[in-house]
Amino acid sequence: MHYIGLMHVSLLVLRILTRASLLLALLASAATAQPSAEDGQWTMPAKNFQNTRYSALDQIKIDNAKNLRVAWTFSTGVNRGQEAAPIVVGDTMFLVTPYPNILYALDLKNKGAVKWKFEPQPAAAAQGVACCDVVNRGCVFDKGKIFFNTLDDNVCALDAATGKSLWKTKVGEINRGETMTMVPLVVHDKVLVGNSGGEFGVRGWLTALDTNSGQIVWRAYSTGPDSDCLIGPEFKPFYESERGKDLGVKTWPPERWQIGGGTVWGWISYDAGANLIFYGTGNPAPWNPELRPGDNKWTCGVFARNPDTGQAQWFYQWNPHDEFAHDGVSENIIVDLSIGGSAVASAVPSGNNNSDALRTAHTTASAMRKVLISAQRNGYVYVLDRLTGQVLSADPFIRITASKGVDLKTGRIINNEEKTPQIGKVIRDVAPASAGGKDWQPCAWSPRTNLLYIPHQNLAMDYEAVEASYIEGTPYLGANIKMYANGGGKRGEYCAWDSVRRKKVWAIPEEFPVWSGTLATAGDVTFYGTMEGFFKAVNARTGEPLWQFKTESGIVGQPTTFLGPDGRQYVAVLSGVGGWAGAVVSADLDTRDPTAALGFANAMKDLPQVTAKGGTLYVFALP
Amino acid sequence: MLMLMSCKREERALVTQSPSLEMQRSRYEVNVASNGESARIKTWFDRNSWSMAQGKQLYDAYNCVGCHAHGGGGMGPPLMDEKWIYGSEPQQIYGSIVYGRPNGMPSFHGKIPDSQVWPIVAYVRSMSGLADQSAANPRDDHMKGPLPPSSVPESTPHEVSLPESAEQPR
Ligand code: HEC
Repeated sequence: MHYIGLMHVSLLVLRILTRASLLLALLASAATAQPSAEDGQWTMPAKNFQNTRYSALDQIKIDNAKNLRVAWTFSTGVNRGQEAAPIVVGDTMFLVTPYPNILYALDLKNKGAVKWKFEPQPAAAAQGVACCDVVNRGCVFDKGKIFFNTLDDNVCALDAATGKSLWKTKVGEINRGETMTMVPLVVHDKVLVGNSGGEFGVRGWLTALDTNSGQIVWRAYSTGPDSDCLIGPEFKPFYESERGKDLGVKTWPPERWQIGGGTVWGWISYDAGANLIFYGTGNPAPWNPELRPGDNKWTCGVFARNPDTGQAQWFYQWNPHDEFAHDGVSENIIVDLSIGGSAVASAVPSGNNNSDALRTAHTTASAMRKVLISAQRNGYVYVLDRLTGQVLSADPFIRITASKGVDLKTGRIINNEEKTPQIGKVIRDVAPASAGGKDWQPCAWSPRTNLLYIPHQNLAMDYEAVEASYIEGTPYLGANIKMYANGGGKRGEYCAWDSVRRKKVWAIPEEFPVWSGTLATAGDVTFYGTMEGFFKAVNARTGEPLWQFKTESGIVGQPTTFLGPDGRQYVAVLSGVGGWAGAVVSADLDTRDPTAALGFANAMKDLPQVTAKGGTLYVFALP
Repeated sequence: MLMLMSCKREERALVTQSPSLEMQRSRYEVNVASNGESARIKTWFDRNSWSMAQGKQLYDAYNCVGCHAHGGGGMGPPLMDEKWIYGSEPQQIYGSIVYGRPNGMPSFHGKIPDSQVWPIVAYVRSMSGLADQSAANPRDDHMKGPLPPSSVPESTPHEVSLPESAEQPR
């Protein structure tokens, strides 16, 4: 009740504030550790620094979700994989298309009429070095500016009101195979961005640019000497295997770290209390592990860094010497859990005025752990202590054959020797496939149910390691892959995971990989999309389907929810199949070749029978 | 040209030696060659199984396979289908490889010697059946294992019990 009152207040605030004071208000909320009350906006694709994708809006509930209908639609004019999140600031929605990365500002007071659009005109050649369709995962708002990356490695800053370009900084080189597909995160007036291109032997990095000037403030590489990786005296990893000088050089054959991958193309989360950012690093290059003996630091792991200096605080490697391109870039969701005890509370306020009291109570009870929850590509849901990098638990959320578990003493994953790749040998039934138990598609977390909602695939593969030659700007792989349904199951699933009891609570099997993102709300409704094109609402507690709507094309985008200028709750999602899983349709691939789309085509042969290309935004509301 | 194509099946000529010096020399002229000569070169390469096997190896070695897979495509378009953006004639494929194409096909100029480009051209053409059928098409059959069962009884849990942690919503 109290929280509904809050909604009214914030609505009023939204209506009466001038642009300038609205920005000040946003600034204030960004400065505090937690987003205070729900303001009805969705200013970054992950919703908040914690990456929970949870909105405290609750007009759409379990018992009325069935009445949802289309409020308006908008064609992006680009028919490639639409993986972006439509974000909302005040009365404006912003979205970025796949290559050629057009940024649209849409007027929410006028059913999505175009306020302005910005065309960065990225180099056409960038399309050839984008491993997994020419996707873009969205833009982010901070203090009156919109930031996003282009496929050809430019970071762009626009005036959110006018669409005027404020600055544009080139941070990478497509001739080396480097592209950018991730969403920046803004912390302390720095835009944090990372590169893609682990399939091209690109050397991964995370870079901070000044939001006002576009100047590079720091860059932290994922391979190479400590000085390049911004590893110094503050670096205190939990496990022995991450300690030592210049491991980013010593855990590689001579010089190989220079083309070693570890790109940073996923999500960044931020704990304002500890002043730490968390992000994952991608697979080592080449894919064929025989060609790079060693642990291949700092690929396939998670870094905690100080956002102001970039200095590393700790690192944990999900997959030392990764064998199957199991990138470590999944989002690391920030929550506080009472592990071992029965009571659980989350750091993310639900809008309930008791939550502060609750949080204090738990903190003093000292049972609370500040953790990261991460459903990783290698098939495990991890719970890590986010202050130290200690693994508290790691449990499979799909059938896994590539490994046998995670040794909680050493932190090391236990690889299944039977599946170790060998040049010239075809290894059958490696699960998860290289696309992972989950790929880029981000989970949501609800502080009301204390459940993690995981959109994911369920694929295994045949894997043949072959020789690889490094030619700049061409793929550096050394593997032939063919994917198929894992263990005879369905190829996709949307499930709810209890991180305390460490088990799956419910699951909805899907014919195709669930390649979309998801969100959770205070109405206890979660949303996700399917590659056939259905947008679905689900009971967050039971997994009971509540509603679905068939859009024009397969859905691989990130849903968002917001309060419109009329005070009603809306849900938005982009439809338009593509991404690695959907490239068979978006790039017209030939599925007679099982190795097409880096082996994904074999698992998606029937996708062209159920969907075609598209690029349309759908916005839904109750009547 | 048409006549040459239609003769192929009957002739079943199988050339297995490496390209002659003369042939090597004439490749330079291909881009400006008369129709007659380019047809001659095309026929020669299309029927040369030695050249094609060589082409397949080179296709892997120069990482074409990373972008085009074994013809089905990925970052680059499929090469085994009937659709061609820049044309299927040998000199057009040569052009795609050597000079590159604007939407992301890198130029291999100076990276692949011409003597190796032509066998690659022959192999690329063979993927879509444009080469002589009598010249063996060295496909990768080892990845074509038995197909996995497509639909099997559901083993995924679908419980509807509340998690312990959700029992006291705040
Ligand atoms: C970095 C990725 C990449 C690599 C490596 C690559 N290609 Fe391409 N290729 C492309 C892209 C992308 C296109 C489409 C270009 C366009 O549409 O402008 C293309 C186009 C082509 C075409 C023209 C197809 C048509 O429909 O007209 C041919 C032929 C071709 N590539 C052959 C090759 C061969 C042979 C190699 C190896 C020597 C190779 N490619 C290496 C990405 C690549």
